[in-house]
Amino acid sequence: MSTATKQIEELANTEYKYGFVTDTEQDIIPVGLNEDVVRLISAKKGEPEWMLDWRLKAFRAWLKMTEPHWQNVTYEPIDYQGVSYYAAPSEKKKLNSLDEVDPEIRATFDKLGIPIEEQKLLSNVAVDAVFDSVSVATTFRSKLAELGIVFCSFSEAVKDHPDLVKKYVGSVVPHTDNYFAALNSAVFSDGSFVYIPKGVRCPMELSTYFRINAKNTGQFERTLIIADEGSTVSYLEGCTAPMRDEHQLHAAVVELVAHKDATIKYSTVQNWYPGDKHGKGGIYNFVTKRGICKGDRSKITWTQVETGSAVTWKYPSCILQGDDSVGEFYSVAVTNNYQQADTGTKMIHLGKNTRSTIVSKGISAGRGQNTYRGAVKIGKNAANARNYSQCDSLLIGDRCGAHTFPYLEIKNTTAKVEHEASTSKIGEDQIFYCESRGIAKEDAINMIVSGFCKEVFRELPMEFAVEAQKLLGISLEGSVG
Amino acid sequence: MLEVKNLQVRVEDKEILRGINLAVKAGEVHAIMGPNGSGKSTFARALAGHPGYEVTGGSVSYRGHDLLDMDPDERAREGVFMAFQYPVEIPGVNNAYFLKAALNAKRKQQGLDELDAMDFMALVKQKLKILHVDESMLMRSVNEGFSGGEKKRNEIFHMAVLEPTLAVLDETDSGLDIDALRVVSDGVNAMRSPERSFIVVTHYQRLLEYIVPDYVHVLAEGRIVRSGGRELALELEEKGYGEMTGARK
Repeated sequence: MSTATKQIEELANTEYKYGFVTDTEQDIIPVGLNEDVVRLISAKKGEPEWMLDWRLKAFRAWLKMTEPHWQNVTYEPIDYQGVSYYAAPSEKKKLNSLDEVDPEIRATFDKLGIPIEEQKLLSNVAVDAVFDSVSVATTFRSKLAELGIVFCSFSEAVKDHPDLVKKYVGSVVPHTDNYFAALNSAVFSDGSFVYIPKGVRCPMELSTYFRINAKNTGQFERTLIIADEGSTVSYLEGCTAPMRDEHQLHAAVVELVAHKDATIKYSTVQNWYPGDKHGKGGIYNFVTKRGICKGDRSKITWTQVETGSAVTWKYPSCILQGDDSVGEFYSVAVTNNYQQADTGTKMIHLGKNTRSTIVSKGISAGRGQNTYRGAVKIGKNAANARNYSQCDSLLIGDRCGAHTFPYLEIKNTTAKVEHEASTSKIGEDQIFYCESRGIAKEDAINMIVSGFCKEVFRELPMEFAVEAQKLLGISLEGSVG
Repeated sequence: MLEVKNLQVRVEDKEILRGINLAVKAGEVHAIMGPNGSGKSTFARALAGHPGYEVTGGSVSYRGHDLLDMDPDERAREGVFMAFQYPVEIPGVNNAYFLKAALNAKRKQQGLDELDAMDFMALVKQKLKILHVDESMLMRSVNEGFSGGEKKRNEIFHMAVLEPTLAVLDETDSGLDIDALRVVSDGVNAMRSPERSFIVVTHYQRLLEYIVPDYVHVLAEGRIVRSGGRELALELEEKGYGEMTGARK
């Protein structure tokens, strides 16, 4: 087609920057999945009986379920018996300080720019780092504990805060919710746990960094965040993985609970290995994320920047149960080369005067396929519910695709629901305009794309917004420029 | 400064320019006039390096370099500026940020330090004042939601900040009312200097009352059919393009 399009696509592909493998001793269980494996995982983690029972219930439910295929993606069948369901850095003794973390692993996180060292006080971010399946370090824990905030790995929470875990685990995403959620419930290895007590504003960003390192493993982490009445928390997760020729499965579950007057802001910068430019390798990212605004005037905001993974299948959702509660979803999803993303949200309005906002920005380049799928449901008791959805797609080149599937289900006549959608191409004229001012083509494209995503980036915490913008540039280099 | 020899340009397999010859010295203002479809805008866009305009013959030398061998962004950094006839909207990218990136790209090429936000704003505010452009224009997205007049003024503002060596104005007067025309012209006149040259492409003589050219060239069917001083523009006004270019009315 046009010269600009051709030039754009000719520009060389940049290698995935995070594609290194860390050489550390691993404790990996053999591939395959059966009840014994579930028991083994639970035993390795020294879990109490009730946790094992819950896992087994989920496993038995999973056996009766079939993998869903309604989503607008295609991928090779997953061999669930060919995956190892548990991999951990083998040093298992209890760590008292960060200095005891395996230097190899620390070096990995350093390479990734993750501040797991407490001396990086300035960044004011508390980090829980999950390496393959195990949480290796949580920073700032004592400082947070002074406020009564619990921020630890999921396994520790099972031991130290069993009542909270028992009460809330599976309360938002039941173990029978869907195929991948059931699988996760059976074999989840670790993840993060957060509890913010009544009236406490968490003074720093909480952050979890997930990294898949071992070969032939899946990562099944579980995150549970509970914001008690009147509390506020902002949480960020980041993800990377080495480059592997084979696909790896990542099936996480995230549950958020916001009580009366509580606010949870959950931001994701997802950069799992997307596969090479021919579509070989890459992570299957099949994730269930859901939050409930349980109390009146509570609020949950999901912000996601999805640039990685070969296939993404993810719908961070809000159940707006409390009156006057608010749900927000801001998303940028990039698909380049052969990446596929089917992502969006569900806003389920149950309480009165509930409001939700959806802003979705999909960017497709190369042969990438980007699907927005969103559901807005207004229950019959949700008087005066309001939703605003905006769904924009940007196409770069002429071999990619953008698809939009909005679902509306309204059972209350007082509801106001708005949906706006647009699809545009980066115009040759826009690029030429930038060039005619002296801005090089790659910079011009980055600038235009960042402008397109602005409404979402401004929802991210400052440091991460900068990071996300850079990441976007890297992801689009190659078939874009 | 600029030497165009026998320039031939094609757009989508249609031959538009059939051999343009033009020499522009430093400090000169040249007006290119002509009826619709004569190739005026094609000439401007070909100089800026628009990818849709294919040069099929001839040469363009700019300060001793082969201009046609340079990418559009390179040309810009070397001091060639084109004010667009239809400035393009870039949603979400604020005008100040955009200009700062453009200016620093140019400064980098020239081996100068990049301006930080403070110095840049100081420079920009001074330019805004000269052009009577409202400061709010800085924080708006590039051309997004701008009126026709605002867009043209923004082009001149970009020019003022980037301080080109050769400025090509592509029908900058189209769609401007008389007041806006005066503002734009004042901006251009303020920038005239012995080191800077202008090529002003226009359909109407009116603009040349404000921006007084040293030379006027009349373009018809892809060739310059007449060249002269500014009196040529007045003659055109009187007789119309038909008689001047020998075309049928």
